Amino acid sequence: MKLPIYLDYAATTPVDPRVAEKMMQYLTMDGEFGNPASRSHRFGWQAEEAVEIARSQIAELVNADPREIVFTSGATESNNLAIKGAADFYHKKGKHLITVKTEHKATLDTMRQLEREGYEVTYLEPQTDGLVTIAMLEAAIRPDTSVISVMFVNNEIGVVQDIAAIGELCRSKGIIFHVDAAQAAGKVDIDLQALKVDLMSFSAHKAYGPKGIGALFVRRKPRIRLEAQMHGGGHERGMRSGTLPTHQIVGMGEAFRLAKLEMHDEIKRITALRDRLLEGVKDIEQVFLNGNREHRVPHITNISFNYVEGESLIMALKDIAVSSGSACTSASLEPSYVLRALGMSDELAHSSIRFSIGRFTTEQQIDHTIKIVHQAIEKLRAMSPLWDMYKDGIDLNTVAWVAH
Amino acid sequence: MAYSNKVIDHYENPRNVGSFDKDDASVATGMVGAPACGDVMKLQIKVSADGIIEDAKFKTYGCGSAIASSSLVTEWVKGKSLDEAQQIKNTDIAQELALPPVKIHCSILAEDAIKAAIADYKQKHGG
Repeated sequence: MKLPIYLDYAATTPVDPRVAEKMMQYLTMDGEFGNPASRSHRFGWQAEEAVEIARSQIAELVNADPREIVFTSGATESNNLAIKGAADFYHKKGKHLITVKTEHKATLDTMRQLEREGYEVTYLEPQTDGLVTIAMLEAAIRPDTSVISVMFVNNEIGVVQDIAAIGELCRSKGIIFHVDAAQAAGKVDIDLQALKVDLMSFSAHKAYGPKGIGALFVRRKPRIRLEAQMHGGGHERGMRSGTLPTHQIVGMGEAFRLAKLEMHDEIKRITALRDRLLEGVKDIEQVFLNGNREHRVPHITNISFNYVEGESLIMALKDIAVSSGSACTSASLEPSYVLRALGMSDELAHSSIRFSIGRFTTEQQIDHTIKIVHQAIEKLRAMSPLWDMYKDGIDLNTVAWVAH
Repeated sequence: MAYSNKVIDHYENPRNVGSFDKDDASVATGMVGAPACGDVMKLQIKVSADGIIEDAKFKTYGCGSAIASSSLVTEWVKGKSLDEAQQIKNTDIAQELALPPVKIHCSILAEDAIKAAIADYKQKHGG
């Protein structure tokens, strides 16, 4: 078996070889390298045609009109454009925005920036299972609330929010509803004819497409207006200027086309692998699955291994590429803000690992992962003073720790 | 994170993991850190009648450099007098393991663990 085993599909996915093959046809002199905005020759026309096919493929996956798809550099840019663009355009309605503490930084930091510009933001604390309720939103909505942003699938714990119900609420109150669907496209069914969502962000590289390309769905009926955040040649109907990267767009289109074709079989296969993983680790003591058990995607599984520290666990799992709920490996030593927002203690948050499964994960890889996890937990608990204390029946909350 | 080979060696082959009987009069224990911060180190020393650290063991909950720092100090304190062990500096630990700047706190914690164990010994034996 080739090591390390990649189980970090929520961070990024490899480009599907079928997608890469397609993209290569849009780069060189022998391919369709033209600028899609060139109106005076074939090179431009052909590139434009490729872009429009991709736009349709993306729209088809989520049952939208191709004219509702605006290309961006990725979901981060889409979130920025959606939230800032709508807040700016509709600022006369009000300057209050609502989001959730477990959102991606691309949403939270955009909100922080708007706060600096004079907007007020309510950050909802979800339930301990990661979900927000309609009651929470209703309680937070004010007459001057202009935009609500809630992610579809959480990137750390994989829970799926009730986007349909939140959409109904927003529409009934005349509030613009933005959804970050970076982790949702190709993972859950999305029907934008049925969902009352006004703006939805997509990313290609979470769905076997290339990095550096994404899209924003901007509803036409009822029509949603945005203040552009990137100015220039007026591409994408003035909402996002900049030469369209044909090869990236073609890649995203092909990735989304494949997702539409294969996602239901893929979900079944990944669910079986996820169940196999959970079954394999469930006999380890003091192991907890984070987030709601039912409303979740099978691709993302976040598990806490109590009394074992996350970064050392990742080191022990060096043959498996996973990520820590703890951000210890970055410059910040804070535990995951997502897990903290669920009310989890710092130490349990520090002990959490995200396993994310994808298209190329095999049963054999999962079995090997289970074996390595068992070995790692055994080794680290044998070394852990906290495990000894737990085994001795000492309640760690009663110990007078010397914080540093 | 790019750890030095020394950190990886101590992490993969930790020296002197384990515990002594804390009720043994020659044993002293230093426990420092907090679970909420992501590191707890327990360092135990076994001290001879003439004040020499004969043996040391550790258990650590923490990142790779916390484990490596505590593993390293168990090696360093062995054979030293309490006064000599008291002189071990976090900067020496950090330098030996080539700890990255964000992990310096692990070496500070290891130094604290030595000091806490020595203090425990002195308290047990009437200062």
